[in-house]
Amino acid sequence: MNDTEILEQMKSIVSAKLGVEASKVSMDSRFMEDLGADSLGLVDITMELEEKFGVSIPDEDLPKITTVGSAVNYVKSKMS
Amino acid sequence: MRRVVVTGLGLVTPVGIGKEAFWNSLLNGKSGIAKISKYDMTDYPVQIGAEVKGFEPANFIEAKDIPKTDLFAQYSLAASQLAIEDGAFEIDKVNRDRVGTLISTGIGGLQTIETNILTMHNKGHRRVSPYFIPMMIGNMASAMVAIRYGLRGPSSNIVTACATSNYAIGEAAEMIKRDDADVMLSGGVEASLIPLGIIGFANMRALSTRNDDPERASRPFDKDRDGFVMGEGGVVLILEELEHAKKRGANIYCEVLSVGYSTDAYHITAPDPDGWGAKTCMEIALRKAGLKTTDVDYINAHGTSTPLNDRIETKAIAEVFGDHTPNILVNSTKSMVGHLLGAAGAVEAAAVALSIKNDIVHPSINFFESEPDFKITIAKQATKKYLKYAISNSFGFGGHNCCVTFGRLNG
Repeated sequence: MNDTEILEQMKSIVSAKLGVEASKVSMDSRFMEDLGADSLGLVDITMELEEKFGVSIPDEDLPKITTVGSAVNYVKSKMS
Repeated sequence: MRRVVVTGLGLVTPVGIGKEAFWNSLLNGKSGIAKISKYDMTDYPVQIGAEVKGFEPANFIEAKDIPKTDLFAQYSLAASQLAIEDGAFEIDKVNRDRVGTLISTGIGGLQTIETNILTMHNKGHRRVSPYFIPMMIGNMASAMVAIRYGLRGPSSNIVTACATSNYAIGEAAEMIKRDDADVMLSGGVEASLIPLGIIGFANMRALSTRNDDPERASRPFDKDRDGFVMGEGGVVLILEELEHAKKRGANIYCEVLSVGYSTDAYHITAPDPDGWGAKTCMEIALRKAGLKTTDVDYINAHGTSTPLNDRIETKAIAEVFGDHTPNILVNSTKSMVGHLLGAAGAVEAAAVALSIKNDIVHPSINFFESEPDFKITIAKQATKKYLKYAISNSFGFGGHNCCVTFGRLNG
């Protein structure tokens, strides 16, 4: 899976979970400030990432996932 | 003394969504009971229920919030929205601190509990939703409505099984009387009509097994009654301090006069055969309202259609009202909507409010033959009657008894 494919899947997850149009989600979007996620929503999204991409995200890595771009890079690093 | 009136009705019920659909069904004796459609109940001893039909959550809740909101809370948001529209009540930054919520559920998010237990069992504990707890806890019926409208008065949930929303309405009225709030959104919601909930009640032998004749399964006070029929839904009333309502020119349905509480202290599910608790809550409610027994024109009974409840309630009514008993029209809204459990008292309060407003007592359907010693007058047809005072009973598993009295304003 390349960056674009991961981003596209990420957009559809974020769009479904947070009710934001997929076209408004970019690599720079911050989950909390720009996309309106609260702390529960962020946990919910990371669980969905684990499910969709078959990766495991330990709690201590959660602070690294603040933007859509950081989530894409994190998932990519775990998958490789 | 501060007085409390009903100024708005929001209904999501098995016989219709919205006040008009609900009331038309009741007046026409239309049953909301049928074979369960959402689940395959083939192997279950009970295959019938009173499901809400045509409920579109998207009409009431943002798409992204629907998956994080258990159905009971969806019903609460929907019924509240309908009540606010019906009451033409405008919430603003000034009045919202004097508006509260007491919308209760008897069970809470049963479907959410089941889903998350299965997830934990099948996929492990790391997959249990972060929304599991906030989706499941029953107080969200009030809290989510308070959050949506910014209501900063009191908010709570009273859990007394099938007496839940009678307790809620009675207590919300008391909150207004003691000046905790000017307006309360109050009522009940229930969404446990899922196989787990149905089999729970079925294995208690509390439910009717008249699977081949669903529309005649709920037959309160009939000699051949064999249990209650589970229902679901949400009903919210706007209760408002009288002067507050008058000042804004609100449409007033009726007054909430008093509430009477008592407890059987007898058994976890069976009512006390003596009927002391049922009788006493009615007596307390009448005394607090300053009513004589001869003042009461109409009783909306708990009338579940179980052999025990209807026998004991009948006896209690006859003991409280004595010689006046045959003059009082009695009906059971459950004959058509089924038993809405935590929402039962609220759907029945709405029926009473509409009855007083329209001077009509709705029919109690499926009352074919009385037991020889039952001395109450059942309204078998929709009956025109000038209604000054009415009472509504609810009795819950655990022995919780509650009676609310209603009156025509300045009646």
